[in-house]
Amino acid sequence: MAQTIIDTANHIAGYAAKAARAKVVAVYPITPQTTVVEKIAEFVDSGKMDAEYICVESEHSAMVACIAAASAGVRTFTATSAHGLALMHEALHWAAGSRLPIVMVVVNRAMGAPWSIWPDFSDSLSQRDTGWIQFYCADNQEVFDTVIQAYKLCEDEQVFLPAMICLEGFILSHTYMPVKLPNQEEIDAFLPPYKSGWILDVNNPYSHSNLVSPEWYMEFRYMIHEAMENAKKLIPQIDKAYGKHFGFEYGGLIEKYKCDDADLVLLSMGTIGGEAKLTVEKLRKEGLKVGSARVRVFRPFPVEEIRKLAAETQMIATIDRHVSFGMEGFLATEVKASVFHEKDSPLVAGFVAGLGGRDVTAQTIEKIAEKSLKWLRMGKVEKETEWVDLRE
Amino acid sequence: MVTIKELPKEEYLLKGHAACAGCGPSIAIRLLFKALGNQVIMVVPACCTTVIQGPYPYTSFAVPLQNILFESTAAAASGIVAALHQRKIEDLTVVGWAGDGGTVDIGIQALSGAAERETDFIYICYDNEAYGNTGMQRSGATPYGAWTTTTTAGKKERKKDMPLIMAAHRIPYVATACPSYPIDFVNKLRKAKETKGTKYIHILAPCPTGWRYDTSKTVEMGRLAVQTGLWALYEIEYGKFKLNPPSDRLTDKTKRKPVKDYLTLQGRFRQLSEEDIEKTQKWVDEDWIRYQKLAAIEGTIF
Repeated sequence: MAQTIIDTANHIAGYAAKAARAKVVAVYPITPQTTVVEKIAEFVDSGKMDAEYICVESEHSAMVACIAAASAGVRTFTATSAHGLALMHEALHWAAGSRLPIVMVVVNRAMGAPWSIWPDFSDSLSQRDTGWIQFYCADNQEVFDTVIQAYKLCEDEQVFLPAMICLEGFILSHTYMPVKLPNQEEIDAFLPPYKSGWILDVNNPYSHSNLVSPEWYMEFRYMIHEAMENAKKLIPQIDKAYGKHFGFEYGGLIEKYKCDDADLVLLSMGTIGGEAKLTVEKLRKEGLKVGSARVRVFRPFPVEEIRKLAAETQMIATIDRHVSFGMEGFLATEVKASVFHEKDSPLVAGFVAGLGGRDVTAQTIEKIAEKSLKWLRMGKVEKETEWVDLRE
Repeated sequence: MVTIKELPKEEYLLKGHAACAGCGPSIAIRLLFKALGNQVIMVVPACCTTVIQGPYPYTSFAVPLQNILFESTAAAASGIVAALHQRKIEDLTVVGWAGDGGTVDIGIQALSGAAERETDFIYICYDNEAYGNTGMQRSGATPYGAWTTTTTAGKKERKKDMPLIMAAHRIPYVATACPSYPIDFVNKLRKAKETKGTKYIHILAPCPTGWRYDTSKTVEMGRLAVQTGLWALYEIEYGKFKLNPPSDRLTDKTKRKPVKDYLTLQGRFRQLSEEDIEKTQKWVDEDWIRYQKLAAIEGTIF
């Protein structure tokens, strides 16, 4: 029976791993991820989940154990945050390079130094180029749904890549929300048993991931790139199919809110995208044509959707909970790169906000919108990157 | 106990592998399969065996082999063991096969973790006493006085005692071996295969390329290491320490050859002074007093 429960995004991530029937869960604790793995431990210990639970001695080993377990033929799950993700970095490349459909929940947390346990996307966005598909969620329901969707996507033979499902620490991880959990039979019907492109097999012995000379290496990289492009096509299809089964749909790669006639689109990721809807409501009431678009999938980047959006609006204001020091937020960069060749490309203004867990409220976003609209009226972006609410 | 005549004829290290001439580890790989057969899944980190197996699209290993990150052999083995358990496959042996750098230095954390978790697999460290694949740099297993490309005047510190570190994890089986004593090695592997839990075997694997001796002398070099007592063959079964032949006959100092016989045959020890050699001899003699004490302990040593 489908049921609605009220729980935190972290616990919901645990429910999702159970619903997906992950068989090996290798984890190491880190704030604010811990309650994900505690929930799974509870499931495994109580016999509600049939999985091997490996308490590894580091996040690096967590990812490697998942790689090896996936190679040995089972569905895997792990979760981490910030420094744990950074410690995994090398293994993230190995997972994607090995074309293994591992699914990981990343509970976003700012990187030190100095220590911070609060959210921003500096941890997961630093992993941009590892070959992992990246989803960013705006609420707890989406966390559950995206984990299931991600397994479906990653285990598609056109993809065979790993995916991280990112959710902001505390804002989602420890916040209770109602979530509808489909019944297990429905999940099983949607998500068939584990499938991967290869397996360690004594009857068909290969050396996997052995040395590849320059004659072949580029082709292997190109295949990952192609798989990303395939994922871009499949994500909206899977999202739609999931919606048909379970009633929740997220617009595929980008979730748009009142963008159709918008002069200004506020473009963000994660919970800021949820909050921005409130801002849009308010400004619409004041007669301002503002919309919000939330990039749900950062890799593969939805270039075509951004171009479509750009063609229909006069200005895009990107709100990045991230900065690439010496440049700008990644969202700003990717949007500009996407529209560079377009005729009549819109103005693009980049806003850096909410680093290290600083609140980005509807009022904060309203300030961003007001400044953007001012620049739109001027026909010129006065400041390439604006740090929002920065102390002087 | 197996005899040389009873070793299977099948070869799972195939012809045409890419090891150096006289490679000690490659002899050990061949013996590994003689002992365990081909119902094996190998985990290999960055090490000489990355090269020995040959580049894509070839392989010299007739068993499935998971190449994995340098520090991760034991973590990968943990993942495979867990997956096989979930799939209810019980007749495969998971073997981690790593060099000394990948074991005693960068891989010690993952190995310690896997051992503490009582992961059911065999971990083999093939120790050529330096980072061989990158061109002989010092590792924690490089012995005192040895030249490497990063200890050009000879290493100033002693070799880390990894087998005893593993014994301190209270795993069911720890053993030392050397490919110059193939039957001893094969028997230890078979015992490891039959034992549940984490099994650790540390092989001294002579390396002509790095140790600077003639490629025809590999077996002899291993024998000398054992005969001088620089490398002792022993096993620690459920905590009980026991010297194995021929090391069990070497507790009397007069039965051991002087370490000089071993050191002077290798280019890497060329710069050793008489004083250095005496120092090494003294340490070996002390080690043997310790081995005797360990062997005399009735119960478990940890």
